[in-house]
This record gives sequence, C-alpha cells and structure tokens, in this order.
Amino acid sequence: MDEPLNLVLFSGTDDKLQAAAVLTAGAAALGKPVNVFLQYWALDAFRRDRIGRDHGLAPEAGVEGRVHVDDLRRAGQIGWPDVLREAKDLGQVDIQACSLSMDLLDIGPADLDPLVDGVEGITAFYINAGEGHVLFI
Amino acid sequence: MPAVLEVTARVDARGQSCPMPIVRTAQAARALEPGSLIEVLATDPGSARDFAAWCRSTGHDLVEHSAEGGVYRFFIRTK
Repeated sequence: MDEPLNLVLFSGTDDKLQAAAVLTAGAAALGKPVNVFLQYWALDAFRRDRIGRDHGLAPEAGVEGRVHVDDLRRAGQIGWPDVLREAKDLGQVDIQACSLSMDLLDIGPADLDPLVDGVEGITAFYINAGEGHVLFI
Repeated sequence: MPAVLEVTARVDARGQSCPMPIVRTAQAARALEPGSLIEVLATDPGSARDFAAWCRSTGHDLVEHSAEGGVYRFFIRTK
C-alpha cells in the first residue's frame, strides 16, 4: 500500500476525469499516495476558467451514455473536481501540470485551478512514481 | 449481532456512489479516537466488498455487516 499510485491524465472528458477521480480518492482512502500528471486535454480541463464547465464525454458514450451520466448527476453524484478536493483532504494527493502541455496550451500556472499543485516535467514525475504503477487515462 | 452497539459516529452514505461512501467513512474515522464505533449506511452495490477490503487494509475492524432492501449497514471499530 505504500507505493504511490501514479496517474497520467491525457483525456479531458468528464467521464474519464470522473473515473480518474474515483481511482485517486480510493487510493487516498487507503493511505496510498497518489501522483497525478496532467497532460493535453486533461490539463486543459483544469483551467481555472474551464474546470466548472461541461467537458463532454468520450465518443463511446453515445447518446445512451449521456443519459446515464446525466441521471447520475441528477441523483447527486459529486463531480470530479470535488471528488479530487475530497481526496486531497483525505490523503496524499499531488497534482502536477505537465510543462510540455503548458507550452502546448500556452498557459501559465495562474491560469490553473488551485487543485493543481505545480508544474513539472516527466523526469520529476517518474522519480516520484518510484516503484508504483503508472496508469495512462 | 451484539445486543447493544454504542455508535460513536454515523455515516449516511445512502444514495452516494463510489468512492464517496469510503471517502466519507475514512474522513469520519480520521476524526475519532481509537476504539470508536462507526455505523455506515450505503446503497452503492460495491460497498460490501469495498468496506471489507478497506477494513482489511487499514486495520479497522469490520465488526458487523448486513444488507436489507438494498441498504448495506456496516459497523466498524476504529483501530
């Protein structure tokens, strides 16, 4: 349980980010540290002025998937930004922005939601990942 | 089932989906003295396995668990 869970988030749709948040919170609840590395469209979703918006769903969701997601939301499911905030409060969760992706999106640290703890490159992420699994979402 | 269980804290996670029942319980456990008793109610179908695994991993004691009418009830003694 001591090895960190390391998540590289690439996709920026609400369904994948929700799944990532569940993985993160579950690990945090078990006392497992989590390192999150935000790339590309996942990083874009963490922009201060975009984090609260609808980020859509992966194509495989289709029309039916949209209905299921909306039903769950209406039933009071907590959105991924808040699940991540809870996870951070509960355990050791570090969320870093990929510096390459910052360049790609032409944004600075001030453009990001406070959920993001900093900016790093792949080297720091790998070193902090230790012997833990690295998952790409 | 013990005749009387003195519950220190209740977590009503009914209607909450994964991971919130565990997250809420972990938050509650963190605030309690060792040996406290938490009663959790949940409707999430994964709860039964989740709470068993969580207790095994964290060292809290799953004293009692039951399911009735789609509601799972767990009694957890904190370590």
